[in-house]
Amino acid sequence: MSPATATTAAHATTPDRPPRPKTARIYFLEARCELLKLVRLPAFALPTIGFPLLFYILFAVTFNKGKMIGGIGATTTMLATYGAFGVIGAALFGFGVGVAVERAQGWMLLKRASPMPAGAYFFAKIFMSMVFAAVIVVLLSIAGATLGGVRLAAGQWLALGAVLVLGTLPFCAMGLAFGTLCGPNSAPAVVNLVYLPMAFASGLWIPVQMLPGFLQRLAPWMPPYHLGQLALKVVDADAGRPAALHVAALAAVTVISLALAWWGGRGDEVTYG
Amino acid sequence: MERRLPTSETPNPAAPAVQAAATPDPIPDRVPHPTQPAAIRGAVKRYGDVTALDGLDLTIHPGETVALLGPNGAGKTTTVKLLLGIAQPDAGSARLFGGDPRDRRNRWRLGTMLQLANVPETLSAREHVELFSSYYPAPRPVAETLAVAGIAHLAGRPFGKLSGGERRRLLFALALCGNPDLLVLDEPTAGLDVEARRGLWAEVRRFVGRQRAVLLTTHYLDEADALADRIVVLDRGRVLAEGTPRQIKARAAGRRIRCLTTLTPGQVRALPDVTAARWDGPVVEAYAARAEPAVRALLARDPNVSELEVTAASLEEAFLALTSDAAHPPEAAETAAPDTLHRGAA
Repeated sequence: MSPATATTAAHATTPDRPPRPKTARIYFLEARCELLKLVRLPAFALPTIGFPLLFYILFAVTFNKGKMIGGIGATTTMLATYGAFGVIGAALFGFGVGVAVERAQGWMLLKRASPMPAGAYFFAKIFMSMVFAAVIVVLLSIAGATLGGVRLAAGQWLALGAVLVLGTLPFCAMGLAFGTLCGPNSAPAVVNLVYLPMAFASGLWIPVQMLPGFLQRLAPWMPPYHLGQLALKVVDADAGRPAALHVAALAAVTVISLALAWWGGRGDEVTYG
Repeated sequence: MERRLPTSETPNPAAPAVQAAATPDPIPDRVPHPTQPAAIRGAVKRYGDVTALDGLDLTIHPGETVALLGPNGAGKTTTVKLLLGIAQPDAGSARLFGGDPRDRRNRWRLGTMLQLANVPETLSAREHVELFSSYYPAPRPVAETLAVAGIAHLAGRPFGKLSGGERRRLLFALALCGNPDLLVLDEPTAGLDVEARRGLWAEVRRFVGRQRAVLLTTHYLDEADALADRIVVLDRGRVLAEGTPRQIKARAAGRRIRCLTTLTPGQVRALPDVTAARWDGPVVEAYAARAEPAVRALLARDPNVSELEVTAASLEEAFLALTSDAAHPPEAAETAAPDTLHRGAA
């Protein structure tokens, strides 16, 4: 036996402490790939970031600058609501449609068959949604501070950013539910069909107190309403309900969404591959 | 009814082709063992009314390349899914290195290439390989993986801009990047042109040269022949035949005898050396390892045989006969298109 063979054999027969892959590195690479994947996809990145910014500049800065809503400047309240609108879109489209497409392409199956820790997949998608959310919030804030004349205390800016970025979490869960319940072709349409009316009825486009009466009564049943209210609370323009109620509502949305996602993903073994 | 090949190295053409299912062959590797890359025991898997696997036994030994051969719906992909831990058997067991296929420690020793897999199009080949390599405890260097898969020159190209063959090579790179002891390839060359197929075969052979086990599924007998040490022919979730490529070819390849005869299907199948027979309208098509004994007997039993024709059977043809003959009455074979291995949905 040559020395080289002996070394290999000795190495192979000592499995007491086999090397382990570095979990942190897996999470890092997974998140980086997820982010690069979507940053390089203009069809996702441009509308996801561009629409909230465009809407804010159009509806808040152009049409309503100087007007007051509930004693607070319209460009300030709309910074909160269009911020909520933007981060919800990033979560629903980035997470939801992404999952639907990757299920259909067999990518998810290949990952499930690999030794990837399942958590890395979800971590990467949540991270990506939060990065897009942060970009949206920063760009909206810059537009608000410069074009919209929004003036907030440093603590308020930070709190608004934190609420909006963390507020993507329940909508990541909701996106996951859409992603597992819808096919890759129907997912974008279904998400739009739910997202746009829901955002409107939650007062994210037009302040909720300006909506028709029945929509005002419906609004608290809309998940985005509660994120909108939390963001508005930072700028003292919310409807006055306790923050705990909104957090509880968003937690409920998260739990229901994860249950639906589990139920929808159950059949994957049968349908794919 | 179950058919098995004679297990001796030199197949005996006179041995009865049909064995009673009541006397199953002994399975030598009854107890799953950590050194055994894959072991499936009595696996049953049903999807609604469809029985995908019907008591399948399969063992893969270290360093062995096994081809699962069969038409669509034979249970090849289901077998793969059990081994990958992405489906669970309704009965029986599937073991990877003696343990649960869902256990990451066992998956560290497994590399997989799936039939249906498109990876995100905007990421480059290198980025994909780098990500997948991170899942394994002792991966190959990324550059080496790309080189072994023959895509070193495409490292920076996004997946979306690769050709069909190049995409398959990247998926192959993802399968072998972790230095696996078992490589599972589900129809690795389906849909590829001849050149791309042969290229991928060369890569697989290069991998096998390193004492690793491979399980591959395929429709193509020539692919199984080119790569495998052992071929397992599946049909309707059961093992129809099993042996070395030489044994399977001796069993499947041979002469095709076409004629008009008054003999019954049973009588035709009972002719010496005939392994399979099917009806194409009024014409019988029988497959035999050697034509002469079969034709001699045929003419002796039916003096009115007409339009007799003996040709060399292509491997695919003979294989089709092998799989379509076992469980189906001639009426079923009659309606099947003669040049296809597909049988309904996968």
